[in-house]
Amino acid sequence: MATLALPDRLSRLPWAAILAVLALGLFSMLVLYSAAGGAAAPWMTNQGIRFAVLFVMMLVLSQFDVTFWLRWAYPFYGVCLVMLIGVELMGQLRGGSQRWLNLGFMNLQPSELMKIAVVLALARYYHFLPRVRTQTMASLILPAVLIAFPAALVMLQPDLGTALTIILGGVTIVFLAGARLWMFVAAGIGAVVGIPLAVKFLLQEYQQRRVLIFLDPEADPLGAGYHITQSKIAIGSGGISGKGFLSGTQSHLQYLPEQHTDFIFATMAEEWGLFGGFFVLACYGIILSWGTWTALTAKAVFSRLAAMGLTVTLFFYIFINLAMIMGFAPVVGIPLPLMSYGGSAMLTALLLMGILISIYHHKNRQRLQTVPGSI
Amino acid sequence: MKSDVQRDLTFTRRALFIGGVQAACGVLIGGRMVYLSVFEGEKYATLAEDNRVAVRLISPRRGWLTDRNGQPLAINQPEYRLEMIPEQVEDIPKTLARLSRLIDLSPQDITRIKEEAATRPGYLPIEVANNVDWENYSAINVRLPELDGVTPVRGFSRFYPDGDAVGHLMGYVAAPTREQYLEADRDPLFLHPAFKVGKDGVERTLDERLRGERGARRIEVNARGRVIRELDTRPDIPGENVRLSIDRDLQVFAARRIGPESGSVVVLDTVTGEVLAMVSMPAFDPNSFSDGISHKEWDALTSNEMNPLINKSIQGLYPPGSTFKPVTALAALAYGVDPADRVICNGGYSLGRHRFACWRRGGHGAVDLDKSIYQSCNVWYYTRGRQIGIDAIHDMGTKLGLGVTYDTLQLPNQKSGILPDPAWKRERYDQAWLVGETLNSSIGQGYNALSPLQIAVMTARIASGNRVMPTLLAGAEEIVQPLEIDPEHLAMVRHGMDLCVNGPAGTAGRSRLRLDNVRMGGKTGTAQVRSLAKNRGGFIPWKFRDHGLFVAFAPVEEPRYAISVTIEHGGGGSKAAAPIAKDVMTFLYDRDQAMASLARLEDGWNVERIAAEVVPVPDLDNANGDTRPT
Repeated sequence: MATLALPDRLSRLPWAAILAVLALGLFSMLVLYSAAGGAAAPWMTNQGIRFAVLFVMMLVLSQFDVTFWLRWAYPFYGVCLVMLIGVELMGQLRGGSQRWLNLGFMNLQPSELMKIAVVLALARYYHFLPRVRTQTMASLILPAVLIAFPAALVMLQPDLGTALTIILGGVTIVFLAGARLWMFVAAGIGAVVGIPLAVKFLLQEYQQRRVLIFLDPEADPLGAGYHITQSKIAIGSGGISGKGFLSGTQSHLQYLPEQHTDFIFATMAEEWGLFGGFFVLACYGIILSWGTWTALTAKAVFSRLAAMGLTVTLFFYIFINLAMIMGFAPVVGIPLPLMSYGGSAMLTALLLMGILISIYHHKNRQRLQTVPGSI
Repeated sequence: MKSDVQRDLTFTRRALFIGGVQAACGVLIGGRMVYLSVFEGEKYATLAEDNRVAVRLISPRRGWLTDRNGQPLAINQPEYRLEMIPEQVEDIPKTLARLSRLIDLSPQDITRIKEEAATRPGYLPIEVANNVDWENYSAINVRLPELDGVTPVRGFSRFYPDGDAVGHLMGYVAAPTREQYLEADRDPLFLHPAFKVGKDGVERTLDERLRGERGARRIEVNARGRVIRELDTRPDIPGENVRLSIDRDLQVFAARRIGPESGSVVVLDTVTGEVLAMVSMPAFDPNSFSDGISHKEWDALTSNEMNPLINKSIQGLYPPGSTFKPVTALAALAYGVDPADRVICNGGYSLGRHRFACWRRGGHGAVDLDKSIYQSCNVWYYTRGRQIGIDAIHDMGTKLGLGVTYDTLQLPNQKSGILPDPAWKRERYDQAWLVGETLNSSIGQGYNALSPLQIAVMTARIASGNRVMPTLLAGAEEIVQPLEIDPEHLAMVRHGMDLCVNGPAGTAGRSRLRLDNVRMGGKTGTAQVRSLAKNRGGFIPWKFRDHGLFVAFAPVEEPRYAISVTIEHGGGGSKAAAPIAKDVMTFLYDRDQAMASLARLEDGWNVERIAAEVVPVPDLDNANGDTRPT
């Protein structure tokens, strides 16, 4: 593999997906430029540099052998878990909730990396799990621990959105790996019954309020429902063709909260309208369907599960954000990958894409030469 | 799982299922977006516009009040104010604390602001401070980013260049009361900090004309309420400028001429009824009401025994004293009394066992009509009054405009006073009228209580023979409504009044005009506050001194001006009131002479005022009960 010449390597890249990533990244620059009132500072320049660096990182990671990911899946998970605990302890010490580690050039949210780590760790687990044991209950214990531990830590932060993404990403792998269907049906029913109870007893008060306001945003137009209402106004008032670049009033007059981070899609839709919205959705569509197709056509178990798991993780990310912005889901504070301003989210998305491309390159390999237990 | 194939199949099926879920979600999101932007687009476009655009009322500029020559009496002065929109302020106490580091905010201000913020709709601005000087105004402008919801506003405040000289006449303006707001159907303009309504005086009666039409400003505001830019403006239509009949220079002169005394001067145009001057001193400065008056100022006003808050011209009621005698004289003439018939005055008049005194203890000897006026002989009036009866006197007083309020005059709170007759007494005291009361009434004492304006109108009617009605609006038409009084009788009384000032033995001889071709006819009056006996001898406290009155008209041959001067506790009318009438009347014809006279007086007052403060005045209030005439 390592002997391939650069032109060959380039020709083997999944260009449609990469161009979609590139398109979203560049489009985000335009939106951030406008959100700052027609200025490169403070967001566009930062985001541009970050995107350039991380895009190159993605291309470099994509050249790694797929066995690298298989081999380093557990250590990666372990490092992420330590960082997660570290963040939690620091938060406790400082008497407040903190979600990130300051790396100097950027603030790193370990919970973001954990989304990927969980997928890789579970894919690796099932890769080496003897086929006959995939449907036993005992085989579910480790995955449950692998998922629940970080999810609980993230929930403590408290970051409901990310915790949900971790759980759903992990459960997807368990589902794909062949666990019995009735368990999922039962879990589904359990969720329908349990979620209202969980909302009542597990969620923080502000999160509860968000859920309730989500159910009836107009009930509190100046309070928590304000975000959803203003976001819907931004999207709706953009109409089919939008108000035009730099002409969004909701964003420029600051009616839209978090216009450059969580609500960047609304900022974009106000100025670019339905066309802009469909363009972004199409780009995500290309990336996600390429990811799904990679999973479907991959031969090795690790490749399949990791590809689908990563795709679904990315999908949840996007879906929760868009659903929230359009008033389908409570305001949970999840950024839109590849578009929202912020280092952690972009790092996660491009790291995820790098791994996905790397899997794509090796999707036809039946056997991945790593012995269970060895690193 | 039995085989790899089966495992692959399960994976493929489930992966496809998940892919399908993703696709469905994608369709859902796409559909939602189409719904929001296409089907609901218009609704949200409107909402976005509502967010963006705010409409701010522009309080109409109040119309000016000018004098008859267009000189300003009440104008609008640029002023810097601070307003706060409560719903845009996160923490009102904190913002106020920050503000009080930049400007002076008294604890009362802070209480008021908090109270208004709690009780009024959050989107309406509240006045935080007015009359902010330029330095503080710019200091606040610089720190605006820390002061969300606080807006500096350039507005106008009402300004009265002549201050207290026009205080009672103008009244003052202030924010509408809650009752006025409710009466106006909760018109938001009534809550606008810059919107003021007239509370008293001409400002109140002419309020609707002065008010104007509101304007509106459409502005683009951000989520924090900061104005980004102005979109368009429908300017306000300023209120009407109203020209008053007042002669500003005369008004100010009269105010100064009263000087340290407490009293009133009213000057009327006898032809049109226009009020040329109406002064009540001491007065309040209406400018201090426009900016919100301080407790200290208010206490000083309310505790002053000279009652600066009362417009004595229309609200002060005094026994007219001898200024009433022309009324009795006209009534007697109408009754058929021969003006040449003489009455012998030996210093008093006996009715039963009671003796009614004349002011000259030695008596006036034989007195005819002329002498009764210029010498102000009480006995003539006692005699004639008893002869003709109270009803004839009351009837004549009514013809001359006494005992009523004037709806032609643009001033609120006029007092009608008392022009007594038996019916009035029956109603008021449920007692029969006594002859002695007729005697007292015939010399303007007893129950009589009239305002300085009323006796000015009386004088104007005697002077013109027309039914003069006072007005404060310039450009009034000539009044041609002859009184039901024989013009010859009026001429006789005027002749007596001419002699009173210009004759050899008139009581106001010292106050004749020092003008070549204008003579003034007048009548002195002294209203007793306490019986003559009590006031005899030694030092008399201010509050127990007699009121001095003087009414006059000029020129004698063809009267144009009528004047009434009332000086509270000033002593006799010839001493206290007539000289003021003389100077004010002189001012109408020869300003320089009048100003020279005033300058001499003002020099003297400075000394006297200081002395007056040093002299201790014995407190006799409680010892003597009611000290004011009714």
